[in-house]
Amino acid sequence: MCLAVPMEVVKIDGKTAEVQIAGTYQNVRLDVLPETLEVGDFVIVHAGFALTRLDREEAIATLKLFEEGLNIALT
Amino acid sequence: MRLLDNFKDPQLCKALLERIHSELDGELRFMEVCGTHTVSIFRSGVRSLLSDKVVHLSGPGCPVCVTHDSEVAAFLDLAGRDAVITTFGDLMRVPGPDRKTLKGAQAEGARVKVVYSPFDALKIAQDNPGDKVVFLGVGFETTAPAIAATVKAAREEGVTNFSVLCFHKLVPPALEALVGDPELRVQAFLLPGHVSAIIGVEPYRFLARKHGLPAVIAGFEPVDILQALHLFVTMRKQGCVDVVNAYTRVVSDTGNPKAMSVMDEVFAPCDALWRGIGMIPNSGLAVREEFAAFDAMRVFGLTLRDVPAIKGCRCGDVLKGKLSPNKCPLFGKACTPAAPVGPCMVSTEGSCAAYYKYHV
Ligand code: SF4
Repeated sequence: MCLAVPMEVVKIDGKTAEVQIAGTYQNVRLDVLPETLEVGDFVIVHAGFALTRLDREEAIATLKLFEEGLNIALT
Repeated sequence: MRLLDNFKDPQLCKALLERIHSELDGELRFMEVCGTHTVSIFRSGVRSLLSDKVVHLSGPGCPVCVTHDSEVAAFLDLAGRDAVITTFGDLMRVPGPDRKTLKGAQAEGARVKVVYSPFDALKIAQDNPGDKVVFLGVGFETTAPAIAATVKAAREEGVTNFSVLCFHKLVPPALEALVGDPELRVQAFLLPGHVSAIIGVEPYRFLARKHGLPAVIAGFEPVDILQALHLFVTMRKQGCVDVVNAYTRVVSDTGNPKAMSVMDEVFAPCDALWRGIGMIPNSGLAVREEFAAFDAMRVFGLTLRDVPAIKGCRCGDVLKGKLSPNKCPLFGKACTPAAPVGPCMVSTEGSCAAYYKYHV
């Protein structure tokens, strides 16, 4: 029940946003989200609420550390 | 997102595994305290690829599993009242006194509805003004803000027939209770990514400072988990002990201040009962006085009563990492996912259920 998944924002509408993952769409509440959103952002969704926005730059930075530290080229 | 698929990359996993195994010195006993980690470690195959020296213990990280017998009894008491119960599906089959469940109560005529979000429960209340609708509030810091926000929305919209039975639990006080147990032989903690997205890094610092235990906040993909294990190995090698946030794409060091403030507006910390562990000071959340009209305990005059623990179930020892699920005498015999005796076998995120499903 703790499952929280990243979903892509397709539409923003005041206190809610429409998000999708693999073609499944749902509406989520934005009441506890600290960041402002743009279409195309990813949010972590749990129990119908967006909890945080996923930080693309940080994801890239983490992967870069692996590439350098482990000598691997990721596609 | 293609970018995120990299956190499942087999090549990367293999390289991390090799590093862990070649650099590990002695045994590494780590505990996770999140049901999603439990499932991910088994399902991704990470567990089967780790050497025997890396020992995975699954702690009290499944909210369904840690919901106390007395709290389950309160759910069932409520099912006997004039109320519509709304709940996350996971609670339906959790056994209470005399192995009664909400599912059983529903079959006997109680009005119980499974919802995906607390907000759906609020909508049911708004659509059925003649019914008293109660949402069963279980979950850790990940879930509590959503429920707090729903209570706030109910008040703003003037809804008078909606309340929450609030049995939320907080992760850091449970960790504090666990590490205070001299019998616990854990050397490192894998910290829950989505709880941490709300509370940030600070509340875990005591693990390193006070207890000399390293801890890593990690995501849920195989690469995230292996990265955390590698960090434990590296810290040990370098002789340093720290609490590290390795899930920076989702967790900011300061957490989510907005979610924290919504949670704090509606709930106040209280002592709470954990199954198999008992009372842990300030480890739960209660509805604040200002929101008393939305507190099912007050609305229905419910009290927590003493109920006998489930006979033969060793969930308490399993949750404390003292007993491997398959060492419980009932495991796989009297207790299976189809006919569970204890909550650790009911919830898909429970240690016993994960063991049953994935253990070879
Ligand atoms: S196997 Fe069943 S009875 Fe034993 S500890 Fe797990 S849930 Fe309880």
